[in-house]
Amino acid sequence: MHEYSIVQALFDRIQDAARERGAVAVRRVKLRIGEIAGVDVGLLQTAYDLFRVHTICEGAWLDVEQVPARWTCPGGHGDIARGQALVCPACARPARLEAGDEIVLEQLDLEVP
Amino acid sequence: MCDACGCGDSNVMPVALSERVLAVNDRSARHNREHFHDHGVIAVNLMGGPGAGKTAILEASAQALAALGEAAKVGVLAGDLATDHDAARVRAAGILAESITTGSACHLDAEMVHRGLHRLAWRTLDYLFIENVGNLVCPAVYDLGQDANVVALSVTEGEDKPLKYPTMFRKADLVLLTKTDLLPQLPEIDVDRIAANLSMVMPKPAMITMSVRTGEGIDQWIQWLHGLKHSRATMRGSIVGAV
Repeated sequence: MHEYSIVQALFDRIQDAARERGAVAVRRVKLRIGEIAGVDVGLLQTAYDLFRVHTICEGAWLDVEQVPARWTCPGGHGDIARGQALVCPACARPARLEAGDEIVLEQLDLEVP
Repeated sequence: MCDACGCGDSNVMPVALSERVLAVNDRSARHNREHFHDHGVIAVNLMGGPGAGKTAILEASAQALAALGEAAKVGVLAGDLATDHDAARVRAAGILAESITTGSACHLDAEMVHRGLHRLAWRTLDYLFIENVGNLVCPAVYDLGQDANVVALSVTEGEDKPLKYPTMFRKADLVLLTKTDLLPQLPEIDVDRIAANLSMVMPKPAMITMSVRTGEGIDQWIQWLHGLKHSRATMRGSIVGAV
C-alpha cells in the first residue's frame, strides 16, 4: 500500500505549486502512471480521496492517464511484442523500456483569484 | 482562461509540470548514492517476499565472506515492520547490523536509509546490504541509492511470481532462487519454467539457484558480489580518469 506514500508526496508537491502561484484551490490533478510502475490506480484513487478532505485538493478531480509498457530493441529492430521474452528476436540484444514505468505529475489546473 | 477542460473559467490556470511524483525520494537516493560512491561502498538492495530467505542469505553471506577474511567489511541495514529480529540474526552471524523499523510502512525509502546510515559505521565497508521489507510490490518503486537490486525468490512461492510482480523483477539485477534443497519435495516446480518466466520480465535475466542448507550457489553469489565490486571500481576509475 505504498499508494498512500505516493499520494503524500503528491500532496506535498501540489501544496508547494499552489502556494507559489497564489492558488486558492486545485480543480484537476493530472497524472501519468505506467503499466509496470508498480502503482495500482484504484488504490491510488482511494488514497487520494482519503487525503484530499480539508485540503486544497478537496474539489480536485484526479485524472490518471495509464501508459502501456513498451519495450524496443536498442539496435533499431523495433518493438518487442507483448508476452515475449525481453530480448530482440532479430539481434538478441536485451530490450529497452521506452514507456510504462512513469509516475508523473503532468499538470495541475489551479483556481486563482 | 481554462483551455484544459473547455469550461471557459477565467480563474483556472493550467500548470504543466511533468515531474516525477517521487522526486524528493529520488534526490535522497542520489545523495545516498554519492555517499556510497565517495567511500567505495557497494550497496545492495535485497528484496523479496516475506519468508523468501533474505535474512538467511545474509547469514550465509556473512559466513562465506568471513571464510575469505572479509567479514569485517560487510554491514546490513535491515528494514523491519516492528522488530529487531532480522538485524539481531545477522549480528549473531558476526556482521555489523542495524534495524530500520518502518512501523506500518511496507517499504524502505531513501530517507529512511539515510537516517539508518547515521547509526551504522558504514564508511569502511566494502558491501552494505539493505534488507528491504518483505514485500514483492512496494519496495520496487523506491530508489534507495543502491548499486544493485537483488531479489530473493524461494522455490515454494511458485513459478508464476515473476509474471505476477513484473515491476519487482524488471528492476532486479539478480534473482536468488532460494530453498532449492526443498525441490525433491516439490515435483510440480520446474526451475527452467521460473527462468523462462524471468526472461519475460527481466531484459537481462540473471538467476542463481541457492540453498543455505546445502551451500548450493553460495560461491556463485559471492563471486557475483566480487564482480559487482570490480565493475563499480572500474567504472569509478574510468570516470576519475576521464576528468
